[in-house]
Amino acid sequence: MTPLASYLLVSGLLFSIGLAGALTRRNAILVLVGIELMLNAANLNFIAFWRYGPNPEALTGIMFAIFAIGVAAAEAAVGLALIISIYRHYKTTNLDQIDSMRG
Amino acid sequence: MTLPFFILSVLTIAGATAALTLRNLVHCVLALMLAFVGLAGLYLQLDAQFIGFAQILVYIGAVAILIVFAILLTRGAESPSQSIVSPSWPISSVVSVVVFGILAWTIRSSVATRHPIPPQPEVSVRQIGDALMSRFALPLEVIGLLLTAALVGAVTIAMQEKREIK
Repeated sequence: MTPLASYLLVSGLLFSIGLAGALTRRNAILVLVGIELMLNAANLNFIAFWRYGPNPEALTGIMFAIFAIGVAAAEAAVGLALIISIYRHYKTTNLDQIDSMRG
Repeated sequence: MTLPFFILSVLTIAGATAALTLRNLVHCVLALMLAFVGLAGLYLQLDAQFIGFAQILVYIGAVAILIVFAILLTRGAESPSQSIVSPSWPISSVVSVVVFGILAWTIRSSVATRHPIPPQPEVSVRQIGDALMSRFALPLEVIGLLLTAALVGAVTIAMQEKREIK
């Protein structure tokens, strides 16, 4: 197996673990953790393709990863603020108990 | 496959698995930090030093601490008494396994992974800074605007709801 294929395989496994966590866990915070893991798997793909791609000096993979990290940080901040706001309203972060749109 | 790559990927996968299977939420975040450390090591293995250190700074330094704060503010630190997975977990697990199967099959049968390995690229932080200030200046401005908006939005959403005074 080439190095690129092994990095892609690790990244695919990480993505699937994140997906499983985001789909199965009940706690809203852990769903967010699963989404963070999926974003990180995508970042690993960018860097692996940049390193083993034909034009590494163009820096596109690095730039994409930098911007993805920035967007993921913004997403985490807003997501956690939403979870805290929901907790204040429903007194729970269990997603199965948050089942109505109006307070 | 070299030994450092193997160790780092096992660390990452084990951390990610533990982060999404443990009962106690604080333990989950500690396992998540382990996964992020493994990922930063993988970036260093791929000669992307800047991304590796940015990963440590942003994810371990900021995002993980933010998640710990959210857990403590929502009193999630105690282990839950009922089940930690939703009732539909068998379907979700099957979906994830199928997704991984398709990804692995695609990677194995792809011709893109069979190119010869290029020489090790020389990337200094100076080059990254130059590119950010010239070719990628507009995306940098946009990400700055997005971060500002997200900061203001997060504070507004999480602010205490005021009682209406009539």
